[in-house]
Amino acid sequence: MLGNLIQQTVNALTIGSIYALIALGYTMVYGVLRMINFAHGEMFMLGAYVAFLALSLLVGDVGVSGALALTAAFLVAIFLVGLIGVGIERVAYKPLRSSTRLAPMLSSLGVSLSLVTGVQILAGPQPVAFPSFFPVVRYQVMGGTITLMQIGILIAAFVLMFGLHVLVNRSRIGIIVRAVSESRPTAQLLGINVNGAISMVFFVGPLLGAAGGILYSSYYGIMSPSMGAVIGLKAFTAAILGGIGSIPGAMLGAFILAFIEVWGTALLPIVTNGVLGTEYRDVLAFAILILVLLVRPAGILGEAVSEESIVYKREF
Amino acid sequence: MAAADTLATARPRANRTISWLVLAIAIALIVATPFLPNYHVRVLNSLLIYILLGIGLNIVIGYTGLLDLGFVAFYAVGAYSYGLLASPQLGLHMPFLLILLVAACLGAFTGILLGIPVLRLRGDYLAIVTLGFGEIIRIIINNLDWLTGGPQGIARLDKASILGIQIARPIDFFWLLLITVLIVGTVVWRLERSILGKAWAAIREDQDAARGIGINTTNAKLAAFATSATIGSIAGAIFAASQRFVSPESFTLQESVLIVLMIVVGGIGNIFGIVAGAAILILLPELLREFAEWRILFLGLLMISLIIARPAGIVPRSFGPEKLIRGLFGK
Repeated sequence: MLGNLIQQTVNALTIGSIYALIALGYTMVYGVLRMINFAHGEMFMLGAYVAFLALSLLVGDVGVSGALALTAAFLVAIFLVGLIGVGIERVAYKPLRSSTRLAPMLSSLGVSLSLVTGVQILAGPQPVAFPSFFPVVRYQVMGGTITLMQIGILIAAFVLMFGLHVLVNRSRIGIIVRAVSESRPTAQLLGINVNGAISMVFFVGPLLGAAGGILYSSYYGIMSPSMGAVIGLKAFTAAILGGIGSIPGAMLGAFILAFIEVWGTALLPIVTNGVLGTEYRDVLAFAILILVLLVRPAGILGEAVSEESIVYKREF
Repeated sequence: MAAADTLATARPRANRTISWLVLAIAIALIVATPFLPNYHVRVLNSLLIYILLGIGLNIVIGYTGLLDLGFVAFYAVGAYSYGLLASPQLGLHMPFLLILLVAACLGAFTGILLGIPVLRLRGDYLAIVTLGFGEIIRIIINNLDWLTGGPQGIARLDKASILGIQIARPIDFFWLLLITVLIVGTVVWRLERSILGKAWAAIREDQDAARGIGINTTNAKLAAFATSATIGSIAGAIFAASQRFVSPESFTLQESVLIVLMIVVGGIGNIFGIVAGAAILILLPELLREFAEWRILFLGLLMISLIIARPAGIVPRSFGPEKLIRGLFGK
């Protein structure tokens, strides 16, 4: 029983840290641009595909192997996806910055559709086996099994999140990004490079999302062009749950969602006496999301947004 | 002075030409339809269903200014009403018109069901909750195997018939859909000009001011959700009758998004815009069918460029049905 408890907790933490990496991208873009970037799930998918490509090039052509190749592929992939993110912002979102709030959101849907089909055309629509980034080692802890991979994912995710924390709260870039998020016109008046700050957000967000994608694909051993949609929606839910725009909120929301999912899957059939099975896991997630939004629309850690700022006055 | 006069007289004349042109093309297309092969008629039918859906969703998005990303849930309610009431699934074989009525009522009911909890929400939060609502309905349909047949869906639905006239061939559905679109379109167009429609517009422009001048925003919003859901359900029931098969696959989030896009790309708040948007997003992929997946890539890129090039839509709000009628009858 205790073993099972520990096992489930570790599983939830692993999934939660992956959700958190992706949720951070949603929340950062929303914090600075007040825009929901529906193409963010595709950054997650691109991360896995670019890492796969980089790894096969490194192993096949350059002849590097082992931990060095894996680390190099990981870093190259997240950096490249970060650059792709900046490029997408320039092409598809920047021209819409002064138009309605609906326009960039729909443009991001177009980007998402194009990326999924683009990868489908290049790599085929079928799921592909993904190499494990960690050797198979199991540890027994008080009756539960924890794999080296889970520990690796947790460490990688926490290093990245700590890096983001330092970047946002302790660096010059962080101050600039926070200033732009606070008020874009004021930041502009103060001579802050607003475009640079937005590019930075669109570099870091996709980079974290890509890292999440690589870890996720490595964990489940599989990747597919359409995987960004479902996980993206989950991570998005996590960002809302924690309070969109808030970085600690995104992490908290991700872990809460992961725990609800893992425990819900285990408990739902027992509690409802088999009427509702594990297949209602996603309903559970969305139902909780709706409840939270109704009780506390700003999410758990989000600041209460004044109604005027989200009114659709000039939207249409 | 002279220049102003020419402008004033020239504009209505240009309008009149455009209006007659639009009407002539529409009539020519409708007259030609019975001579088209079945496949083409089916494509036109799906276009008409999307136009119907667009008209329904536009009430919430375009008129009232609330972003609804879960519209497909109402479409599903209508389709499953037909699926359950006219198939061997429950052993019921109710007549088509009665089911249409049931579907409309169920649609209105679900619309209010969604409307009540989200009344307090605005903007992005509303979009997210409606998105979640749509997903919940889809997952429930997907898992309620004993009732909905789960992912396999319900097959062998009855052939529809109205007052003894059987509606089975694609061309029959074309006429049915055309009449429905015309009736619903006219009703909605009149509704926009009614007191209720003006209340919707007031909410869209400034909710607080609308409440300030005595508009019951709660009722107006609920009415918008209910009307929109009713139209979505009717479209769903006709869709199910024409496919004679329903499955959860037809009611994904992507479908909701496609309808929102149709409205935005075509021209928000304008019935002609919806027709144009539907024509681009439904017909174009159909025309490019031989290019397989390339067409979806193309559609995605087209979507981005259209939104960037024409943020107000292809047919702007200023060219609405009134202009067409004024052009035709010179009022």
